[in-house]
Amino acid sequence: MSLSVAMPDRRVRATAAVVVAAVLVVLSVVFACAVGAVHIPPGDVIDGLLDRSDPVTRQIVWQIRFPRALVAALVGANLGIAGVLLQGITRNPLGDPHILGFSAGAGVAAVGLLRVAPEVPLALVPAAAFGGALASAALVYALAWRGGISPVRFALAGVAVAALFTALSTALIATSKLFTQAALAFLAGGLYQRGWEHVHQVWPYTLVGGLIALIVADSLNVLALGDDVARGLGMRVERTRALLAALAAVLTGAAVAVVGLVAFVGLVVPHIARLLVGSDQRVVLPLSALLGALLLVLSDSIARVVVAPGEIPVGIITAIVGAPVLLILIRTRT
Amino acid sequence: MIEGTPLLEVRDLRHAFGGTPVLRGVSIALHAGEMTAIIGPNGSGKSTLLRIAGRLLKPQSGVARFDGRDAWSIAPREFARRVAFLPQAPEAPADLAVGELVARGRHPHRGLLGASSARDREAIERALTLAGVEGLRHRTVATLSGGERQRAWVALALAQEPDVLLLDEPTTYLDIGHQVELLSLLRRLNEEQGLTVLMVMHDLPQAAHYARRLVAIRAGEVVADGSPAEVLTEAQVEAVFGVAVRVYLDPESGVPVVAPVGR
Repeated sequence: MSLSVAMPDRRVRATAAVVVAAVLVVLSVVFACAVGAVHIPPGDVIDGLLDRSDPVTRQIVWQIRFPRALVAALVGANLGIAGVLLQGITRNPLGDPHILGFSAGAGVAAVGLLRVAPEVPLALVPAAAFGGALASAALVYALAWRGGISPVRFALAGVAVAALFTALSTALIATSKLFTQAALAFLAGGLYQRGWEHVHQVWPYTLVGGLIALIVADSLNVLALGDDVARGLGMRVERTRALLAALAAVLTGAAVAVVGLVAFVGLVVPHIARLLVGSDQRVVLPLSALLGALLLVLSDSIARVVVAPGEIPVGIITAIVGAPVLLILIRTRT
Repeated sequence: MIEGTPLLEVRDLRHAFGGTPVLRGVSIALHAGEMTAIIGPNGSGKSTLLRIAGRLLKPQSGVARFDGRDAWSIAPREFARRVAFLPQAPEAPADLAVGELVARGRHPHRGLLGASSARDREAIERALTLAGVEGLRHRTVATLSGGERQRAWVALALAQEPDVLLLDEPTTYLDIGHQVELLSLLRRLNEEQGLTVLMVMHDLPQAAHYARRLVAIRAGEVVADGSPAEVLTEAQVEAVFGVAVRVYLDPESGVPVVAPVGR
């Protein structure tokens, strides 16, 4: 009977999915380096990366497009992992740093800073965004706390905080006499002029956060069985949930600090991953990191080329790509 | 009476939810090898008592002990290697295979990275076999019948290799055939594997048939504690549940059979 091979088959599929996703991420980065105002054939992209090309190609590939694609990949990975963590701790398919107010906190902090002190060096905006994400995550957690966190309360508190901070950001911009281009750009999210310095800002978070997430993925599996079963299996449920929420907040904060608010990646990517490989978080987690990277690298490539020489904020592309994917999943899964 | 240190013991438990007292001074000692059922009406504090005994809930007053030690002085994983707890109607991701579900029972035995050892695989195999679900290991939880699902959860608890198994109304959503099947399984584990069993039960005839000791609680207090024949008297059942009943002794087993008296 075919059922008898279900488990080995699933393991093969999981490995295959992760390998294929990793290959696609590499190809998407090459693609991102190839497209743009100057088209560079993939072969020349490789030469450019390896410093075997002419100086102009080298300049475009190595100094502009490659670091920008790397930022997109790292940020996408962060958001994908954060989505898995938040969907795990809320046991809610709508768990996502955007929906649960983590990003909205970053938004209101960044916009508030630009509003209160328009002359502030733009370099301070990422720090404000990072702090805002952490602070609003802590606020959501505190609001959901009543002798313990219930996943439902956590989700509802997050939605409330998201609504409040989004309204606040909009109000700050709407009542501003200046047209705060920087604030709007931050809220829509984008990778315009992102380069190596931004790569260096994000990668430690992606690497360390990703490794910790992989280590704790098994606790997400245990948590999926419900609080009582998890406690019965010896898990300190509240402590684990707090750790996972903090990790999601740090990954989100590091991501939004660099690219602004990018919707839908954290929401959609874990669902696609689960659809492909099932609910084992030890597989869903790395796959979501890769698919998040893939989605954001491709979305950013689209954002750069469709209205060239202008750019569409990448947050809009991820929403345009992400929303239909989510709808298709909802309609075909059930 | 049984001598020695009780395996699981609660003393003078008092607990309230939102100012409403649920337990008002409950003491129970459970010795190794027992198969005991807690009975009582809805809201009498049975589940709270079980949760405190299983270290899921810290009592507001009183102590919970395991093997003579304060349960809360024992690390959670260590406790989980000795005591397994199955809540009422647990839920698992629908696409989870039975084998994977049962493997999660090894959580308290695993290190930080969650790598599974040969020892883990052995325990999982044993648990699958003991619970009679080894043939279902590749089936997903969603495709199981209620009875199969409940046995899969028992297998998860067995994979913990506990000394004590606590169950909160394990037969609630099962038809009578699957109820009997599950309770027979628990009795077999008790008799053949020496597993100590404490379960909250609703069904009095089954509690009487499968448990060797019944603890009846009402409004947060123990009102009767002893063998089924001692506890299930007409007067005591009426006092606990507030219904008039007639109690017969089953001619074959000598176990009391409780029948409500209609009006």
